Amino acid sequence: MSPRQMRTALGRAAGLGSAKEGVRHWWRERLTAIALVPLTLWFMASIILHSSNDYAGFVEWLKRPSATFMMILLLVALFSHTALGLDVIIKDYTHSRAKIPALILMRLTCSGLLAAGVLAVLRIVFRQ
Amino acid sequence: MYRMEVKLQDLLISSRRPRSPNIQIYRPQLTSVLSIVHRITGLTLVIAAIGLVGWLIAAADGPHAYGVVHNALTSAAGRIVLFATTFAFFLHLCGGIRHLAWDAGYGFELRTIYSSGWAVVAASLVLTLAAWITDLFMQG
Repeated sequence: MSPRQMRTALGRAAGLGSAKEGVRHWWRERLTAIALVPLTLWFMASIILHSSNDYAGFVEWLKRPSATFMMILLLVALFSHTALGLDVIIKDYTHSRAKIPALILMRLTCSGLLAAGVLAVLRIVFRQ
Repeated sequence: MYRMEVKLQDLLISSRRPRSPNIQIYRPQLTSVLSIVHRITGLTLVIAAIGLVGWLIAAADGPHAYGVVHNALTSAAGRIVLFATTFAFFLHLCGGIRHLAWDAGYGFELRTIYSSGWAVVAASLVLTLAAWITDLFMQG
């Protein structure tokens, strides 16, 4: 199902509501939320199972292809969900000129954190 | 349009008139409390997400940096923060599942809204304790 189909018949006929947008945001927030249910539970279970491990044990765990795969998916879903959530919070509570700069700063920070997280995982996994 | 909106907001703030809903005189209810808790836990988890990246960067740096972060996380203060974060995580997870059920069109009856709300609180407490008890057993 695409975001276009999620829009009600009335919404389509009236040609957008007062906000003029929002279906895509709403849909992505749900998709990332659903993805994060197994990903975050996997992460928590893995941390509990490997919490007694030292550094070598941690690296060995993250080097497993399934763990690398899940960790990168977790970072992608987590930071897109974070950006979508913070987007709503900033728009709800910022009523000054600071709104647009805050949105830009938030988006760039989320992208930067995602890139940094994925790079860190790759460095750990591919180090000789 | 945008400018008018800004001016109206400034007027409301400067005149200190009550804004709707008047949350300062409104009796807190499970529904409204859980609604704002979902946002607060979301913001808490943003900080946790930044911490996750910091933890991965430390691990990528090497055993020394990883050890420093690991010791901080397993200190008394670190454990208290992690416990609170775990509770915030489960509240947001269970609250999120409740939201997804609403999105699918289920659970809008008043009785159901209250029972699902208390279920979120109970499940979050149980899951947080279960996670930490399991962690204790894994270490022991």
